[in-house]
Amino acid sequence: MSELYQILDEEGVVNKQLISKINLSNEQMLEMYKHMLIVRILDGWLMRLQRMGRAAIHAPNEGQEAIAVGVAHASEKQDYFFPTYRDLGLMIVRGASIREILNRWLANSQDPLKGHEFAIYGGRKYNIVPTTTPVSVHLAAATGFAHAAKIRKDNLVVFAFLGDGGTSKGDFHESINWAGVFRLPIVYVCQNNQYAISLPVKRQTASETISIKAVAYGIRGMRVDGNDILAVYSATKEARESARNGMPVLMECVTYRLGSHTTSDDPSRYRTQEEVEQMRKKEPLRRFKNYLISNGILSEKEEQELRKEIEKEIEDEVKIAVSVPPLPVQTIFEDVYSDMPWHLKEEMDLVVKEFEEDHQS
Amino acid sequence: MREITYVEALREALREEMLRDERVIILGEEVGVFEGVYKVTQGLLKEFGPKRVIDTPISEIAIVGLAAGAALGGLKPVAEIMYMDFLTIAADQLVTHISKMRFMSGGQLKVPLVLRTQYSLGRVHGSQHSQFFPSWFLQSPGIKVVLPSTPYDAKGLLKSSIRDENPILFIESGVLYRTKGQVPENEYTIPLGVADVKKKGEDLTIVAFSRCVIEALSAAKELEEKGINAEVIDPRTLVPLDIETIVSSVKKTGRLLIAADDVKSGSVANEVAMQVMERAFDYLDAPIVRVTSPELPVPFSPNLEKQYMVSKEKIINAVKENFGL
Ligand SMILES: Cc1ncc(C[n+]2csc(CCOP(=O)(O)OP(=O)(O)O)c2C)c(N)n1
Repeated sequence: MSELYQILDEEGVVNKQLISKINLSNEQMLEMYKHMLIVRILDGWLMRLQRMGRAAIHAPNEGQEAIAVGVAHASEKQDYFFPTYRDLGLMIVRGASIREILNRWLANSQDPLKGHEFAIYGGRKYNIVPTTTPVSVHLAAATGFAHAAKIRKDNLVVFAFLGDGGTSKGDFHESINWAGVFRLPIVYVCQNNQYAISLPVKRQTASETISIKAVAYGIRGMRVDGNDILAVYSATKEARESARNGMPVLMECVTYRLGSHTTSDDPSRYRTQEEVEQMRKKEPLRRFKNYLISNGILSEKEEQELRKEIEKEIEDEVKIAVSVPPLPVQTIFEDVYSDMPWHLKEEMDLVVKEFEEDHQS
Repeated sequence: MREITYVEALREALREEMLRDERVIILGEEVGVFEGVYKVTQGLLKEFGPKRVIDTPISEIAIVGLAAGAALGGLKPVAEIMYMDFLTIAADQLVTHISKMRFMSGGQLKVPLVLRTQYSLGRVHGSQHSQFFPSWFLQSPGIKVVLPSTPYDAKGLLKSSIRDENPILFIESGVLYRTKGQVPENEYTIPLGVADVKKKGEDLTIVAFSRCVIEALSAAKELEEKGINAEVIDPRTLVPLDIETIVSSVKKTGRLLIAADDVKSGSVANEVAMQVMERAFDYLDAPIVRVTSPELPVPFSPNLEKQYMVSKEKIINAVKENFGL
């Protein structure tokens, strides 16, 4: 439980025995690499858009791409996700377009969430439930979703994401306890990126690992190198099978947040640049690329081309997204209830009238 | 006098009280090494050390509950909840336990605890990081509720809160953190339960809470140019409420507008309105007017959030439409 499951080491050298157990075609692996690359590049753009004053906030994914991408690739179509704010990869793998994601971040008139929520994603059609911004609050709902799936005999597994800091909240403990009692089809994916804003993980827990917490709740714990996408993929397959058979899993993915906590934080207050550079050597893209290249699955040239292609596509999409007009004011009155009660209608008419007057004068 | 920001004023209050009374400790998320997400606690870990400035796990229930225990145990904790939204996580501690400890123990227990928090409406933080619901705590007798709007008030009220023997909910406004104001160098405190007349006037009374005080003052300034003279009152504490100051103003002006950032149903404005009706109904020349947030979650989109919020313009429009001025 405290052993770290790893298939690719930091240099991308593979554990032959373990990889032989994974059933992944070269095409699938290339797709996984591509998805990580999209997340990396898009993430950079979302940071820039925030600095340009276009997006309000962003929580960078840099260094953690292998987790959301790996988990999503190992999931089945019918599975459900309850993400945190740092899981862009889920959207990419489950089929959201870059355009949709940009519209979401900019909260413009084509934002599928109608500007109602934080720069967080989610979409029913991708089976991704929009996250809560308070930490770990979504875990109980994720557990309830799994409970419903069990009662309804839906053949699905729920993947609930959280950070290491998220394990300090009661919601987490109550949820995993419940999942254990009712033997629910759920996998809790804890991204242990070593920090919760400025606090190191040892300030959140005195447990030796996060996965070990599973023991006390009678569920299964797994500890995975979260920077190794093959390990994440393979562990997720196993966790999924376990959860489906009534043994919920707490899967700790050990990783490192290379960027800031969000666009409003300065990490130099609490960690050294040397530490970050040291950890950068373990980052997931480099290692997977080394593996793909040394095994003849991808060439250096093809990689460069892929990178350029993605960069161009995102740049073009950014140009389109920034020119999409803002949302009309009445959209804030939508979706408060299934139907609009009289008092909201009254207020909406007033606000729209005032808005129009303001914009005439 | 010198000008300092709202954040600096709060920091000075914390520091002075920590120097004055070694029982005062600070606990909360990111208050130490990171010096507070809004820098209120800057420098305090360095000066007072990790026994008195405690970085906590992400455990709101424990922060509030443990602070109460520490208060019972002889300390004077100032606990910070990063966003007012997260108060709901610890509501059981605050509402069901802390507010009643003195009462339940027949006065044997006291909980000298300050719970600082801030609401981020106006900072594009979305519906789960922008909520403002001070009136909920009107239903929890035993807690005092403080809502400072200026650096001067922030400092004086926080110092009094720390010295008070009761649990205090001290609600700051995130958008006001960078605002500046005159604050004396010399030590002072402001008693809890005393309103401040921020501007004198004869034509109407505007009672405003927290951020809305600033909007009300700029509305009053613009109205003055049109010959309408509004009196602006900041109650500063919601519990206890200085209704006398409000009532005597209404008796003079005959018109009352209340501005607050919470949603209309159940707003703090309603409590003020009702108390004025009970005490000064005969003096009112027009129905009382409320300017509050609409009954919706706070939208994230920046342009929509702006429309959502109480503003100088909304206050002026309401004055024009309702008072025939
Ligand atoms: C209930 C709650 N408390 C505090 C916060 C403020 N906050 C936002 S993110 C964060 C750190 C979360 O750390 P972790 O769970 O490790 O996830 P990470 O950000 O590292 O991905 C904190 C304290 C919050 N959003 N919700």
